[in-house]
Amino acid sequence: MPQPAIQVEGLSKRYRLGGMRSIDQTLREAIHDKVEALWRKVRKPARDENDQTLWALRDVSFDVAEGEVVGIVGRNGAGKSTLLKLLSRITDPTQGQATIFGRVGSLLEVGTGFHPELTGRENIYLNGTILGMTRAEVRDKFDAIVDFAEIERFLDTPVKRYSSGMFVRLAFAVAAHLEPEVLLVDEVLAVGDASFQSKCLGKMGDVARDGRTILFVSHNMAAIRQMCPRSVWIDDGRLCMDGPSEQVVDAYLNHTMRRGEAGHGAVFETDPSKPFQVKQVEVVDEHGRPAPTLNCDQPVTVSIHATVRRPVHGLYGYLQVFRNDGHCVLESDSFDAGANPLDALPVGEHRLDVTFPPRVLGHGGYQVYLNFGSSMNDGGFDVDTPGVCCQFQLSDTRTARGDGRRGVLSTILPWRVAQATQAKAA
Amino acid sequence: MRSRRSASRAVDLSADASQVLSAAGARRATVIRPRGASPWDRLFDLFRYRDLLILLAVRDLKVRYKQTVLGAAWAVLQPLVTMVVLHVFFGQVLGVAERVGSAAYPVFLYAGLAPWMLFAAATTATSGSLVNEAGLLRKVYFPRLVLPIAALGAPLVDYLIASVVLFGLMAWFGVAATWQVALLPIAVVSVLIAVVGMGVTLAGLTVRFRDVRHVVPFLVQTLFFLTPVIYPVTILPTQWRWLIQLNPMAGTIEACRGAILGTPIDYAGWGLSTTVGALLCVVGVAWFIRAERRFADIV
Repeated sequence: MPQPAIQVEGLSKRYRLGGMRSIDQTLREAIHDKVEALWRKVRKPARDENDQTLWALRDVSFDVAEGEVVGIVGRNGAGKSTLLKLLSRITDPTQGQATIFGRVGSLLEVGTGFHPELTGRENIYLNGTILGMTRAEVRDKFDAIVDFAEIERFLDTPVKRYSSGMFVRLAFAVAAHLEPEVLLVDEVLAVGDASFQSKCLGKMGDVARDGRTILFVSHNMAAIRQMCPRSVWIDDGRLCMDGPSEQVVDAYLNHTMRRGEAGHGAVFETDPSKPFQVKQVEVVDEHGRPAPTLNCDQPVTVSIHATVRRPVHGLYGYLQVFRNDGHCVLESDSFDAGANPLDALPVGEHRLDVTFPPRVLGHGGYQVYLNFGSSMNDGGFDVDTPGVCCQFQLSDTRTARGDGRRGVLSTILPWRVAQATQAKAA
Repeated sequence: MRSRRSASRAVDLSADASQVLSAAGARRATVIRPRGASPWDRLFDLFRYRDLLILLAVRDLKVRYKQTVLGAAWAVLQPLVTMVVLHVFFGQVLGVAERVGSAAYPVFLYAGLAPWMLFAAATTATSGSLVNEAGLLRKVYFPRLVLPIAALGAPLVDYLIASVVLFGLMAWFGVAATWQVALLPIAVVSVLIAVVGMGVTLAGLTVRFRDVRHVVPFLVQTLFFLTPVIYPVTILPTQWRWLIQLNPMAGTIEACRGAILGTPIDYAGWGLSTTVGALLCVVGVAWFIRAERRFADIV
């Protein structure tokens, strides 16, 4: 019987909506709120407090045995990140308790605490200690970190001169060498190029094989299936399902497909604290009409309505398209085509259209994941994370095999025939 | 409130410490629950994260003069130029220099200005330290006290540089040090106690109330005149001196100056100011430790 590594019992976290609003609360507003609350209490003593609070996590219980790798899936805002925040002690629970045995390392964001003016070498030490290592431990792992990140030549260059790829590699390398007994990872693998992502997954696999315990939050269902034998699905702050990843991921994807109403798009609540925010995302056809189901011969456009409140330097977006079985079909960065149109986008309302040409994606269901970030953003890399925010269905009506065509692409290949010239007799 | 019920559940845990050795395998167990770890654990955590504290202070030092032409010379220039300006206006034009007594006014001024600038710079740096690192607060666990305390590093180094300049000035103006110089480290520690108290309290308050950002420069400016920097405390009537010495910087800065110039030290005034400073420090740190678990939610 393996020993437990994580025991979570009835863990709950409630946010006061007033508290969340208080991002820029001033003293005057605080006094005003207090007086108002007092006045309300006098007038209506038994006021239901539900309408002012939000349970980000509600009565979640599960155990993780030592050496287990457990995936956590769920919609955006379902409470996955809150769970990791509670387990990494960034914030305290409102109810319940959790016990973690062994040293905890948490990786909620790649590159937190990196200082652009410091060199790679200096940042390795600083970031290592921020993540909970001692200087001696960083020194021991220093060479391994530099090797993994492949930045040897730039060790003494300030990281503000790094390319975003180098930056991410270095940041992940430091975190990957933390070697905690319990590792909490939140969606950090969604960064970097594909080969680096697979390297990161490989590193996490190594960590898992060493008998360490990992909790892994991701929207990448293929990664979850590959890495985690077991998964936990959280929805609306509650634990929905806990079991083998195959079953949990299928159930989760089925559920999101059936949610119909979110179907081809999503609308987001305004959050004035974000300098850049996606307000609405929808899948539209070539005439700009919302269209949850399309034909392989039509272009598919992911249309994003966004607000810029303050220009963000270095802002870029990336979009990933997943098939319903969890495989990422395509990833597109806003700078792929050359200049990045999102960098320091001026204040105002904008519409961003990302279009898939006709006859590229094969028939079937797809989900779109969206994220916007900047390594130059002062509030951390992620500027706005709409996450998995829309889906669409493609069907192939032109070809004879139609939706029975096998393969992942719907491209029509020409079969050219030419008269083969007879080779001259030797 | 709903959280009461949960609190009673958390009490079931026999050990009050957040980190206990599990009976099973001597692995360290971290217990996460509503009211968090005990204050002593949080202070102990500060010790475990001492490397982070040092590296953050070193970072501030390395970053501050990046892309400047004069670099670290600013640490020498700032107090020196301030001293010259104050000397001309207060010493000469307003005639304060004549009421100072034995020591040359520039030396007198500078001896008070050095610890004052330590206080002013440290208060400004610490009070913004948490809000400036909001990203860290939201994404990583570490004892939050690390941030304001690490912010003291750079002002302390500036103070050391200013002190070297001070001894140069003393040689220039022919002011000899006496045995009282031995009291200087104690006086500086009493200044630091007040600085920690003030800085930690303001840092925590800034997380909740951004007003504090606007209050700090104003507060520092006002305290400058309520602290005997440009004038000696003896300029005030004896029966009212205690009032100004309730300001934790008043008696301590006078003590710093007395230790350097070898002039008589008002031990009662020093004691009073230090007591107020120590109270501020204890109350401030105790409040900070209680409040820090909410910082990530509200910053």
